[in-house]
Amino acid sequence: MADLQKPIVETHGLTKLYPGVVALDHVDFALEAGEVHVLFGENGAGKSTLISILAGATTPTSGSVEIAGETVTVFTVRNARKLGVSAVFQEFSLVPTQTVLENLVLGEELASAGFLRRSEERRRAEALFAALDRGVDLDRRVSQLSRGEQQLVEIAKAMRSDLRVLILDEPTASLTDRETETLFGLIARLKARGVGVIYISHRIHEFQRIADRITVLRDGRRLGTVLAAGLSEEELLAMMTGRVMGAIYPQIGRPSGPEVLRVEGLRAAGVAGASFAIRAGEVTGFAGLVGSGKSEVWRALMGLNRTLAGKIVLNGKDMTGARTGAVIAAGVHYLPPDRKDEGLVLAASASDNIALGMFGTGRLRGRRVGEAIARIAKTVGLDPHMLRRLASQLSGGNQQKVMFGKGFGRDYALYVFDEPTVGVDMGTRAQLYRVVKSLVEGGKAVVVISSDLQEAMSLSHRLLVFSAGQISAELEGEEINEAAVLPRFFERKKATA
Amino acid sequence: MSVETTTSVRTSFGGVAAAAKLMLIRMGVLPFFLVAAFVVFTLASAQFLTAQNIVNVARQSVYLVLVSLGQMIVLLTGGFDLAVGTTIALTSVVSAMIMISVMGAVPGSVGLIIAAGCLGAMAVALLIGLINGVGVAVFGVSPFIMTLGVQSVGAGVALFLTGGVPVTGFPHAFGDTFGFGRVFGVPVTVAIAIVAIAVVAIFLYGSRFGRHLYAVGGNVKAAKLSGINTTATLLIAYAASALLASIDGLLLTARVESGEANLGGTIALQSIAACVIGGVSLRGGIGRVEGVVLGAFFIVLIQNGMDLMQIGSYMQMVLLGVLLILAVIVDQFRYRLLIGAN
Repeated sequence: MADLQKPIVETHGLTKLYPGVVALDHVDFALEAGEVHVLFGENGAGKSTLISILAGATTPTSGSVEIAGETVTVFTVRNARKLGVSAVFQEFSLVPTQTVLENLVLGEELASAGFLRRSEERRRAEALFAALDRGVDLDRRVSQLSRGEQQLVEIAKAMRSDLRVLILDEPTASLTDRETETLFGLIARLKARGVGVIYISHRIHEFQRIADRITVLRDGRRLGTVLAAGLSEEELLAMMTGRVMGAIYPQIGRPSGPEVLRVEGLRAAGVAGASFAIRAGEVTGFAGLVGSGKSEVWRALMGLNRTLAGKIVLNGKDMTGARTGAVIAAGVHYLPPDRKDEGLVLAASASDNIALGMFGTGRLRGRRVGEAIARIAKTVGLDPHMLRRLASQLSGGNQQKVMFGKGFGRDYALYVFDEPTVGVDMGTRAQLYRVVKSLVEGGKAVVVISSDLQEAMSLSHRLLVFSAGQISAELEGEEINEAAVLPRFFERKKATA
Repeated sequence: MSVETTTSVRTSFGGVAAAAKLMLIRMGVLPFFLVAAFVVFTLASAQFLTAQNIVNVARQSVYLVLVSLGQMIVLLTGGFDLAVGTTIALTSVVSAMIMISVMGAVPGSVGLIIAAGCLGAMAVALLIGLINGVGVAVFGVSPFIMTLGVQSVGAGVALFLTGGVPVTGFPHAFGDTFGFGRVFGVPVTVAIAIVAIAVVAIFLYGSRFGRHLYAVGGNVKAAKLSGINTTATLLIAYAASALLASIDGLLLTARVESGEANLGGTIALQSIAACVIGGVSLRGGIGRVEGVVLGAFFIVLIQNGMDLMQIGSYMQMVLLGVLLILAVIVDQFRYRLLIGAN
């Protein structure tokens, strides 16, 4: 590390506001040349926003960014590239239908009078790979490469221009162990050339291997930056704990009734074997990172993804691999995480959306339905004036109330809320939590799946923590606290997948 | 012993299946369709598999080949050009009308008359292509709707200009040269098609523009992020398609020796079918000139075969539609093999 030089990237008071959300809150961040700097934090901590600004894909609300001593004023990917910043995201920006060679020179083809000089292009592509000391057959189609090979092509492509800063967003997420080793070798090589690397990962065990410094983010704020050398995993996790509890979470009674659902050895897309039981009269929380399996479990249970193995027993009935309609009819209400994409008919009114939850109950017309909808609106705290409005015109909070309202069109035994308060204001959150409370205390089984750890911990009587497609911990009552949960959140051992 | 036999039978069957799969990935449905067509028509008609008939089919397929080349350029970007038929009709009408009016002014100079007619008509076609391109690339109208709308506009204009009556009376030299003429023993139409095929192939495979075209169709976001001007690429693609269609329109006008507003009625569907059967993916980014030329040849071939079998044109329409849908279904499967799994 070149300690005496000016950092290659420097941000001061970097802030990004989205409607209702502070994604980044006065973040000061610095990256040295030849350093590997890890960004660490939960989903929604602000890592993605920070790298998106540095890569030129997002313009900050306030604050400054300096790259190689130059203050950035225009936030475009092109400008960032010109300053030597390239990002490799999880979704690769390669053309899958073209060859490796064609991708490596894309947009910068070598041509005279518009006609390609192929042998020169080949030499140039070979030179890019030579600099990395790795290579992929230049004539293969990108779609036929492995994830690791595609990543290599992306990195080689980033080196077309004078690369100063390389941003890697969860680069090892879908790599095999061998590919990961290759990547680490590559990073070491870039480091030696003085490239600064910003590295986002949830895999703590990787940090000791490659990181020089680690910056921990939470709720858009920088909690601190530490040297990676000698830092233990426990110390790192301790940095993240100690958040103040909000008063919006109600005390939920626990009448604890019979078992409603039993799942044994479930395997499905993103789920590598999960067994658990859900009981009436309590809240079972599902916590974990995005992609950890907490949400995927329920997509399989609801018949949205295929169940590959395992057994699902609902109210004593075998429902393994049942269709979505059958699961709903058997008494499960599922609130999907993306209300715009999967939850609401945006072009229909709020009341029509609520009425959708009544399908199959035989009461779709007449005054009684109107009365029922008005009652439901009252239950979820939706202003009756909003009922006539189109769902697309409602605020996020009111949309979510409509989503909750759909669950009252029938009598369900089990309510599954996936990200119940995402993009929802404080007042509505408190209201929705009260709805959860009354459901549970009325003897219903409730499942809360949440990437907001605080929410999952505060609402749950019992908390299942997911990591890498499996349940990494099951905690109950007093055991539910950050110190117990966080270590189970991140992958500490090498994934065996 | 019997166990061994069954295994060897199974592996050889598996080998054939694997080879068929590889062929499907490489070339699409075309080889399978061609073999089926040759077998069926050879069995059904003695006249089918004769040198004269096949040469005849090749000559007839020129018109579809030209349009399909343009259609392919647009399909490669992930678009459609449903306005090719209208471009042909408008080219035909406009060229005939220009030739007649220039002939009125300078009756003697045949070369000038023909040149004015051709250039004027091609200018109109270029305009159609640019309108399509602007709608798709600048205003973001879906290619399907944009070119469908333009095809209606163009057909309306062509009918309005002529009142539905064929425009006749231009120099016979036009028809004699471009409809029935020969250079070095090769029909002029075939020579023009060969030149067009070569030019398109050179541009697609050898030029920066060709690369960009494939990139835009393969992943428009990646293309943009790599600094490619995607708007310009789309504009040029639609313009090229219209120009190729207009050349087609001129050759057809020469062949029928009149400007007709109803030329090219079914060619949009036929050209898309030729491309898809020839291995061009409707999702863009995949397709080769050789396949498209053979695909167009195949469609004319089955029309010829059905004519010989005395299958009426109504039933031919039915079969063409079925083949197109079949080719698209197989294309989905092929795309998954190509893109999805490694």
